[in-house]
Amino acid sequence: MSSTTPHLPLTTSKDKPAMPSRAMQTDERVRRISPWRSFIGRPEFGSIAGTVLVFVLFGIFAGDSGMFNLDGVMNWAQVAAYLGIIAVGACLLMIAGEFDLSIGSMIGFAGMMMAVPSMFMGWPMWASVLFAFAGCMGLGWLNGYLVVRTRLPSFIVTLAFMFILRGLTLVLSTYFSNSTIVSGVGDKVGSDPLVSTLFQGSALHGLFAWLAQAGIIAKLPNGDPIVAGIPKVLLWWLLMAAAAGFVLSRTRFGNWIFTVGGDAVAAQNVGVPVRRVKISLFVFTAFCACLFGVLQVADVGSAAADRGLQKEFEAIIAAVIGGALLTGGYGSVVGACFGALIFGVVQIGISYTSFDSDWYRVFLGAMLLLAVLFNHYVRLHATRSK
Amino acid sequence: MRTRWIWTLLAGMLAASAATAATGPHANERYVLISHAADSDVWWNTVKNAIKQAGADFGVQVDYRNPPNGDLADMARLVEQAAARNYDGVAFDIADVDVLAKPAMRVTAKRIPLITINSGTQQQSEQLGAIMHIGQPEYEAGKAAGERAKAAGITSFVCVNHNAANAAAFQRCKGFADAIGVDARSSMIDTGVDPTVVENKVSAYLRNHPRTQAILALGPNSADPSLQALQRMGLAGKIYFVTFDLSSAVIDGIRKGVINFAIDQQPYLQGYMAIAALAIAHEDNTRDPAAIIAKLKANPAFQSRLKEYGLQPVYTNHGVSSGPAFVTRENVDTVAKYAGQYR
Repeated sequence: MSSTTPHLPLTTSKDKPAMPSRAMQTDERVRRISPWRSFIGRPEFGSIAGTVLVFVLFGIFAGDSGMFNLDGVMNWAQVAAYLGIIAVGACLLMIAGEFDLSIGSMIGFAGMMMAVPSMFMGWPMWASVLFAFAGCMGLGWLNGYLVVRTRLPSFIVTLAFMFILRGLTLVLSTYFSNSTIVSGVGDKVGSDPLVSTLFQGSALHGLFAWLAQAGIIAKLPNGDPIVAGIPKVLLWWLLMAAAAGFVLSRTRFGNWIFTVGGDAVAAQNVGVPVRRVKISLFVFTAFCACLFGVLQVADVGSAAADRGLQKEFEAIIAAVIGGALLTGGYGSVVGACFGALIFGVVQIGISYTSFDSDWYRVFLGAMLLLAVLFNHYVRLHATRSK
Repeated sequence: MRTRWIWTLLAGMLAASAATAATGPHANERYVLISHAADSDVWWNTVKNAIKQAGADFGVQVDYRNPPNGDLADMARLVEQAAARNYDGVAFDIADVDVLAKPAMRVTAKRIPLITINSGTQQQSEQLGAIMHIGQPEYEAGKAAGERAKAAGITSFVCVNHNAANAAAFQRCKGFADAIGVDARSSMIDTGVDPTVVENKVSAYLRNHPRTQAILALGPNSADPSLQALQRMGLAGKIYFVTFDLSSAVIDGIRKGVINFAIDQQPYLQGYMAIAALAIAHEDNTRDPAAIIAKLKANPAFQSRLKEYGLQPVYTNHGVSSGPAFVTRENVDTVAKYAGQYR
């Protein structure tokens, strides 16, 4: 791990004692690094380059198919946004050196925790949503507590929760609704002003209607704009990414995350509250999964036992494409977001080409391999030349 | 090294895209069929083959799309994607009407012809704004099978559910259970799709419940391993065995008398007729199901396909039902030849 720590932002420029600029220039220990070199040395460089590559590829193969029309863009952006939300959580947790494999099951379980009290127990929707968030974060805390307390690999502990939560989701839905799907939640969400404002549908209707009126964006045959607005999940993604990115790169807590993932023992020795950092990141990851679940239930209108299947792997893949190391201590939120974008574009984009969708996984795997090789190559190159 | 990778990928993609080009006067028309099924689901292969043949018969291009993990929320995105791509016609199965209502609106708002297939009801299909529904209502199909079993004196059963998270699968069990008058949930085992696990769960259940009279398998994914479990336990032929859908193992089982009957929804018809009806709707610019079906019936290519594979669509006022049809020892040979491909 120590090999990657030298170029970590362990201390940000803010934390450094103010140094006269003249002294900086004359100090022979400080070497100037060109902005380009420092850019390609950043963890997110690989995923940004990968994103460009993916867009070029789809530009060639699906450029005229409607993929880059406004409704096409909203379509894949939405897929990327859902994944992006959990990728942000998974990324921070990975930087701190832990995994959460229960993300996917947590998504299904969050949806059920939101649907069951409101549909079968007469709770108001806002209370159910609050309950879902509290429940998920509680489970996240339990995950984290078990990991730091027992020092078992988080891989195993959260794998257990992956099964437990998936099973509980199925139990809850068949017990209450006699079916594996709880329907009608969407209408309930729609009638609750607070929850529907926060989680359902899209924003900026007026702007889009105006743009359509002005002829800037396309219209449907009935005169409505082709896209009603910006899906709220996109706004949530931006918010989460901005918040997590800020915390990671600009705050003391962000430095702690890197340190804990780099070397937990050393971090403990210099006084970083390792346990607290890890547990709070498990809670944050669970929060992200719950946000995914709630947004999805509000969007598709039902909660089901198979929601979020294998999303934990997609989130980890996005973080890895984004330059996060599986061993911890290195990575970036921006990178994970670009990783999610690549994933969303590939997943939906392949439908715009004329390839058989049987090739999707091959394509995805190749993309992942390419991204990881590319990251590896870039990192080697960047560190060698230093 | 990196560039060589990219070029290999590009070359592969070019080769793949060249292979799917169609010819003829309608070669620019492009239709899509979207299913909810995960990649590993063998049943949809017949539908895939059917839409390829429909594309060839009508000279149009056809895509098949599905969410790789079978997640319905991902399927909703695919339907929205189909609208964004401006297909000439869209067909999908109503895996869950709530999930698909909004995405379907995107399709119909663009005046793209829409046809629903497979699970779902006529009423749901109308609610989504589809021209017609081509499929088999799951609960009724389960019930019809259950009534057949009841007539044979069956009063207890185990439902082998390989897709427990799917609402339609549960409806099949429930229909069967209601027909013979038992509780569906206590008679159901959730097996997952791994054949070894399915087999062991079935034999464990039968050991614990030796009085079980019948097995209902919800598809080849659960029927094939269940059959193997019965053979290992020496129960094959002694227990009343019913399955949904066909596979070569199921057909073999019917021939040997270890499976009493299979409920066939003739998936080929769902795929072929959906694409054919969309092509007709597009060509004649009509949304009238009766006119579309009349024209389809008169199509010689369609008739020869029906004859070749021994298929019998059931025409109704609203459209057409593809099932339930029962495959028994009497008619199994006509089905056997094309099982897994066109039947």
